[in-house]
Amino acid sequence: MIFELKTHNFAQNFGVVMTCKRLFSLLILVLGLLGNSKLCLAQAEEHAATAPVEGAEAHGHEEKKGINITELVFGHVSDSHEWHLFSLKNAEGHEHAVAMSLPMIVYQPGKGLSVFSSSVFGEQHEWRKEADGKAISQTYNGLYIEKHMKEKLLAEDGSAVYDFSITKNVLSMLVGVVLLLWTMTSAAGKYKGKSMMAPKGFQNFVEVVVVFLRDEVVKPNLGHKYKAYMPLLLTIFFFIWINNLLGLLPGGANFTGNIAVTACLALITFIVMMASSNSHFWSHLLNPPNVPFLVKCLLVLIEVMSLIIKPVALMIRLFANMLAGHIVILSVICLIFIFALLNVYVGGGFVVISLAFSIFMFMLELLVAVIQAFIFTTLTCVFIGQAMEGDHSHDDGHGHKEAVAH
Amino acid sequence: MDLLTPELGLFFWTLIAFLAVFFILRKFAWQPILSSLGDREKGIADSIATAERVKGEMSQLKAENEKLLAQAREERTTMLKEAKEMKDRIINEAKEQAKTEANKIIVDAQQQIQQQKMAAMTEVKNEIGSLAVEVAGRILRQQLNAKDGQEMYMKMLADDIKLN
Repeated sequence: MIFELKTHNFAQNFGVVMTCKRLFSLLILVLGLLGNSKLCLAQAEEHAATAPVEGAEAHGHEEKKGINITELVFGHVSDSHEWHLFSLKNAEGHEHAVAMSLPMIVYQPGKGLSVFSSSVFGEQHEWRKEADGKAISQTYNGLYIEKHMKEKLLAEDGSAVYDFSITKNVLSMLVGVVLLLWTMTSAAGKYKGKSMMAPKGFQNFVEVVVVFLRDEVVKPNLGHKYKAYMPLLLTIFFFIWINNLLGLLPGGANFTGNIAVTACLALITFIVMMASSNSHFWSHLLNPPNVPFLVKCLLVLIEVMSLIIKPVALMIRLFANMLAGHIVILSVICLIFIFALLNVYVGGGFVVISLAFSIFMFMLELLVAVIQAFIFTTLTCVFIGQAMEGDHSHDDGHGHKEAVAH
Repeated sequence: MDLLTPELGLFFWTLIAFLAVFFILRKFAWQPILSSLGDREKGIADSIATAERVKGEMSQLKAENEKLLAQAREERTTMLKEAKEMKDRIINEAKEQAKTEANKIIVDAQQQIQQQKMAAMTEVKNEIGSLAVEVAGRILRQQLNAKDGQEMYMKMLADDIKLN
């Protein structure tokens, strides 16, 4: 129920943003997200108080001076084919973007695989603007990027294009992966031959997290079979955490706030959950004992739905939390420029408030980064634990076969 | 709804990267860390168990030592007592023996004294007897030299016979 309400809110919010594209709607979105992520009411009130002024005044200026807050915020939180760092204006007032071009890997049925740099599409601020807010890039090899809320690679002739590019998010993830591999293997290397020694430095930190997850999360949920699941759950936890943190860096990508990423992680959870389910779980799910026939029909329907809803809830939760955090921080920063448009001194004065609030949000996001990673891991563990509930070692193999058959 | 539609490319790369990270870390990080942690925990548990066992053994040993000590002390006391008893007995025996010896010697001595005394007495008696006989002989000879002396004596002898 909560889940449905959440997505409903979300869909509504995004719909409003897309149709109106006005600052006021952005603030509604921020309020909605604040409400969703259960932040304290006082901050929301603060926003509400300033909202009408901004809505009325900033909207008029926005068009003239050309700051499009929605585009700016969503440009930051959505994936991109280049890594935009900042823009400079040269002496003639000509804008020049300092951005890193990224490799494009494109598969087109019939044409095969092609690899090229994203710089072939030209600088983003020079892309052709269309009336409905879309920006269209230069054409290369019959391909062009259409950018609205996010970038889409399309073919001119309308044929199918599969975009496997190393985008900003993919690159950010690769950085995270390298960091993760390096830190964890080096921490593991310290154990070699001296497992009886007290841990030191980073190894200590890793050990605390590992032991905490093992004793507080995995063991209580999975019982004696916990050992087989430890690597997966640890990987999920550290993978999400390190990418959450990388996303918080200035200029970082919003990797874990992307639905494709959370969908992928949720799919893995779902597969593992199905693979570890046993006959006991399925018999209770498809044929609940001691229940009248009509209720049974309803119950089975709900239970089967819950199977799907579990990973979907995981997917939405992580996505929404990380995206909301990014949008809130960006919005707060953007307030400075909105007030600066109103009056330079007001904007300057607002820097203090805005910075204080964004620092607070940043701290909160640091916390959210670890909490969300922990929640994802814990719920994965709980779902796996439910799927192998009532499992006894004697029907172990049988349970697995059953799960595969289903 | 743009933000809610997952991109295929990102999904694909995430899946690949996650699985790669999972398999690499499982082999090179989680297994060593978890097994080391397991080893350490087992080691600590073993050490504590060993310490407990050694402690138990120590206390047992101590108890045994104390028992031995007590036993030794008791033995010493017994030995001392026995030695004392033996000493007393030996002394007593010696005393007894000495007493007996002494008594025997005394008895012997007394006997000898008695014998000697008797012998001396006999000798003195004999001496006195012979002296008396000689004196009597002389007196008799003197008296019997005269006639009436002889008669008187005969009378006296006859009286003696009459009296008997």
